[in-house]
Amino acid sequence: MIGCGRVGSAVAIQLAAEGWDVTAVDEEEGALARLGSGWKGGFVVGHGMDVEILGRAGIDKADAVVVATSGDNTNIVVGQVAQKRYGVGCVVVRLLDPRRAEFYARLGLRTICPTQTAISFLTEAVRACDAPPLEPARAS
Amino acid sequence: MYVILAGGGKVGTNVTRSLLESGHEVTLIEQRRDRFERLEAEFGHVAMLGDATEISVLERAGIGRPPDLLLAVTGDDEDNLVISQIAREGYGVAKVIARVNDPRNQAHFDLLGITLTVCATSGILGLVEHEVPEHGLVRLLELRREGLEVVEVQIAAGDPSAGKPVAALQLPEGSRLISVMRAGKAEIAVGATILEPGDQVLAILEPGKEDELRHALIRA
Repeated sequence: MIGCGRVGSAVAIQLAAEGWDVTAVDEEEGALARLGSGWKGGFVVGHGMDVEILGRAGIDKADAVVVATSGDNTNIVVGQVAQKRYGVGCVVVRLLDPRRAEFYARLGLRTICPTQTAISFLTEAVRACDAPPLEPARAS
Repeated sequence: MYVILAGGGKVGTNVTRSLLESGHEVTLIEQRRDRFERLEAEFGHVAMLGDATEISVLERAGIGRPPDLLLAVTGDDEDNLVISQIAREGYGVAKVIARVNDPRNQAHFDLLGITLTVCATSGILGLVEHEVPEHGLVRLLELRREGLEVVEVQIAAGDPSAGKPVAALQLPEGSRLISVMRAGKAEIAVGATILEPGDQVLAILEPGKEDELRHALIRA
């Protein structure tokens, strides 16, 4: 798990609960606290662009890599490094910018874009409002 | 020609000035407003405010024309990589040159096919090594696409290769001596060339073979 913020830490905890052996990487030492006091997995302090840090996290043995740092461009590069340099089969990358998410999906990166998800859901929610016109409640 | 530059720091500003002076058409993208205002004061409409890693910003800069050349020279390697990839893979820009800030990131640029890179730190370190050689082996040229490099070795008295013909040396596989410079004159190295103390030898080799080559030629 590269990037242990709100999203990364929650995914790490969830996967660990399902039996995965998880190591989280974050630049901030304080990010370890997000994993809770009972965290049994690994934790490495450092930047995901640094191959020495990735090596320490055991990327060469990883079955899956999730990249969710706060920087889209960092995520794009780290995701491709995991895929192409280390041959990790399952690489999932969180990108906030829908255009870059779409572009890199075309280049073969598995991208998840929460912004696009929000756009779709919000649009859908407004369409759902439109279906049965709501009568304002009248005082009788 | 038409050139898009991403990053209006010292490098981007000076390159823009030179390109404009040579009569080229340039768009310079800078995301920091304070910097952009200074650039706009000097370059006018050539300067553009925006994050060049955003595809819409690149489109406004005319990435779709496409430009003859794109230079990604921001202070962030991940940004330079993404800008270069979008230009090459997304818009077919034929020539992309990227700046590498941290030499440790060079491998990422190579991995992602951004072959034209410039790294000031590596250049300076190369010069330091050339002026103050520490390991007896100076890297002169990296042929990145070919996966080869050219190095220079100075032979001293007592070195294992001194007094021996090239053919008798135990050179590592994937390496070859090119030339021998003696008393200001260079000669192509052949099997019968005998190395002497004071010789400057040029060799071509695959990266990673430096140590083996060093052991074959000089005292470690």
